Amino acid sequence: MRGNQWREYLWIVAVGVALIVALPSAIDTYTLTVLLVYAMLGLSLGLIWGFGGILCFGQAAFFGLGAYAYAISAINFGESTIPMLIAIIVPAAFAAILGAMMFYGRLADVYLGVITLVVTLIFYRFMNSTAGPEYMIGSARLGGFNGIPGFQTLNVPGYPDFYVWGDSLYYVVAVALLLVFLLVTWLLGSSFGRIAVGIRESETRMSLMGYDVRARKTVLFTVGAAIAGLSGAFFANWAEIVTPGLFSLPQSAEIIIWCIVGGLGTRIGPMVGAAGLSYLKFLLGQQSLVDNTLITGLILVLFVLFLPRGLVPAIVSVAGRVLTRRNRPSRRLRVRRAANG
Amino acid sequence: MDLAAVILVEIVYAIASLVLISAGLAIVFGMMKVINLAHGEFMMLGGYVTITAVKAGVNIFLAMILIAPLVVGAIGLIVERLVIRHLYGRLVDTMLATWGLSLFFVGGVTMIFGNTTTGISTPIPGFPIGGYQVNGYNFFIILVSIILVIAMYAVLKGTRIGLIARGTMQRADMAAALGYSPDRVYMATFFVGSALSGLAGAVLAPLVGLVPSSGGAYIAKAFITVIAGGPALVAGLLSSAGFFGLVNQAFAFALSPVVGEVALLISAVILLRVLPQGITTRFFRGRL
Amino acid sequence: MAETVLETENLTMRFGGVVAADNVSFRLAARELRCLIGPNGAGKSTFFKCITGLLTPSDGRIFMRHEETTGWHPHEIASLGVGVKTQVPSVMDGLTVRENIWLAARRRHPVVEANRKTADMIERLELNAIAAADVGRLAHGERQQVELGIVAVGDPWLVLLDEPAAGMSAGDVERMVAIIRELNRSAAVIIVEHDMQFIRSIASTVTVFHQGSVLMEDHVDKVMSDETVRRVYLGKKG
Repeated sequence: MRGNQWREYLWIVAVGVALIVALPSAIDTYTLTVLLVYAMLGLSLGLIWGFGGILCFGQAAFFGLGAYAYAISAINFGESTIPMLIAIIVPAAFAAILGAMMFYGRLADVYLGVITLVVTLIFYRFMNSTAGPEYMIGSARLGGFNGIPGFQTLNVPGYPDFYVWGDSLYYVVAVALLLVFLLVTWLLGSSFGRIAVGIRESETRMSLMGYDVRARKTVLFTVGAAIAGLSGAFFANWAEIVTPGLFSLPQSAEIIIWCIVGGLGTRIGPMVGAAGLSYLKFLLGQQSLVDNTLITGLILVLFVLFLPRGLVPAIVSVAGRVLTRRNRPSRRLRVRRAANG
Repeated sequence: MDLAAVILVEIVYAIASLVLISAGLAIVFGMMKVINLAHGEFMMLGGYVTITAVKAGVNIFLAMILIAPLVVGAIGLIVERLVIRHLYGRLVDTMLATWGLSLFFVGGVTMIFGNTTTGISTPIPGFPIGGYQVNGYNFFIILVSIILVIAMYAVLKGTRIGLIARGTMQRADMAAALGYSPDRVYMATFFVGSALSGLAGAVLAPLVGLVPSSGGAYIAKAFITVIAGGPALVAGLLSSAGFFGLVNQAFAFALSPVVGEVALLISAVILLRVLPQGITTRFFRGRL
Repeated sequence: MAETVLETENLTMRFGGVVAADNVSFRLAARELRCLIGPNGAGKSTFFKCITGLLTPSDGRIFMRHEETTGWHPHEIASLGVGVKTQVPSVMDGLTVRENIWLAARRRHPVVEANRKTADMIERLELNAIAAADVGRLAHGERQQVELGIVAVGDPWLVLLDEPAAGMSAGDVERMVAIIRELNRSAAVIIVEHDMQFIRSIASTVTVFHQGSVLMEDHVDKVMSDETVRRVYLGKKG
């Protein structure tokens, strides 16, 4: 079991490094950077929704919170290392409080959706109304609808004058995504992750076994928010401005669409969905024949109707069927493989 | 004294508009356990239909009360047949699909009307109460909401259709037991719900500058009003609209309109935490 | 006299105006096997849910091994070493048999030990052939067995079973009885059951519930021959 795990990590690193090196020859690094930022954001929701069964309509809140936390503290500190940490900690702490409130109140399904959605809206409304000069945090003006521009972007730790931008920013984001992916893989392989999946399957049974479902969901929710916060901070570095639009409903909707299209219950699906759909949107943005939002909406409807499990699981199961037809009846293979693993 | 009257009107207006924007969603959710996240876009469509009709020379009241509901109802019917019908009993999936629809409509309307603000002027002039100017159109909205609530109550309580509807709300297979095809009942429900959304959007259109993304402003309020109301249709709608309208206006007057909005949203979060199944599971049990 | 592992004091549960459990005082000794019977709506299931923490009683107190557990959450009660099997099998449908049992074992043991315990339990229940199958695809009897495995692997000292024999074939029931007997060697067992055949085959002390309270408590043979019990429970048969 342990050997398998190490082999999986090695595979991930090998494939990851290959992709990091190869991708810039297909797409320019500026676009790639934001695709990877979105992939990380998709992964954060994929983790809590696909493996923890927590449908959060407000993952954008943590994304935006991370971006704002970074921008505000970067202006105040004049360097980027501590702000990057703050951008992870603030959304995580907020998620811990919000999650505890929801899960200890036994809110689920629709109600969870309503509350997370409403919280996102609160941020949106609030940030939009902070145009006045009285809204300051330290020396950073919140700027209302116009957002916060002109903050210190990523620099080499300890050297505020050595900026990380352009190609270097791409490599930093790519490596960060690889590390987050490894972290998520490790988490899901650990007892914590397996218990989370158990909770997704049956909360009643898990609590009758003696697991504190509320605490575990809160922790998972917090981890998801921390990852979303990190992606938000990278987004801020890429865009060099943060605006209330980060908290908007279309932003929340998009994250959910990435997960649905890519495939829930997989790690790669939400990332592929995020990067793929964002790239598609980027390409579509260069034409003016059909509206972008219309296509996004259509994709979501069609996937829910015809491919609710998403692309990655569908491809895997088709590939599996093709492979097993060459070998032996599928059922037996499946049982045997699982028994060995 | 004048100020008190003005505040009172504003509060009643806030409640009435919440009732109006939530009614369509409440009917669809109560009857079919479907959360229609495209509800705001149905309202937006109602607004555009009204404006288009008025610009084509139709009487504004005719456009609002009749044309907009019928057109949006018809759109709802198409949506139900093409999409929703395949997803009954899958709450999360219908939410996701209708969210997709909402984006679809926003995109579609943007393509047709462009991403610019359109609007029409209110057909009823304002008038002063003491030293304060009051928007006369607000009274029209209050009136429409009152008629709407009375009509809903009367239909549910007094007619055969209402009986079927109440039965379906209690138990989804009830319509079948009464000899009605559930398929038909759902179709009719979605039509009525969509038409009411269209009506709400149409009636509110003269008050707002309409853009394709206007629906987003309504959906969250409608959503929390319906969920916080709980299972009883009319009582739930009235009690939660009353609560949120009051909170909204109280904070808006005391501090600012934005604070009022935020207070409404925060109070919704707290309310759901305290009463996770909605107001009417604790109070007004067994009412309509 | 054996140690008391479970005791309720005037346990009462009201739903609105309905009193589902009325002043139930109940006592269970270590390694005792007890069946709860009674007609539908007699309050057995309500009583059961109060003990497991799925419901919080309106009145009265619950003690487990001298610790008061009134108002505790199900996971806190389970953590004491109480195993529960619900009426409708509650299992993780999307996971394999092995994963289901492993999750229960992992709650009380580190990973390596949990792996070993899981393998042992699968062996003991003869589930090897289906160990890697998703529980959602199994037959009803197999699912019931998996749930018993989940309960047993936690080494409980108190086991609560809600209608374990419901919907099972004769062969399945026989196997079930054997497992329960084995559990009973180290744990006190409470079984809520309708099936008199099943109760006879286990032959134990029976507590009869009627209209929310305890009607009588005695050995199964005495209970079966009692006039009042025959009237309220067996109805016309008597």
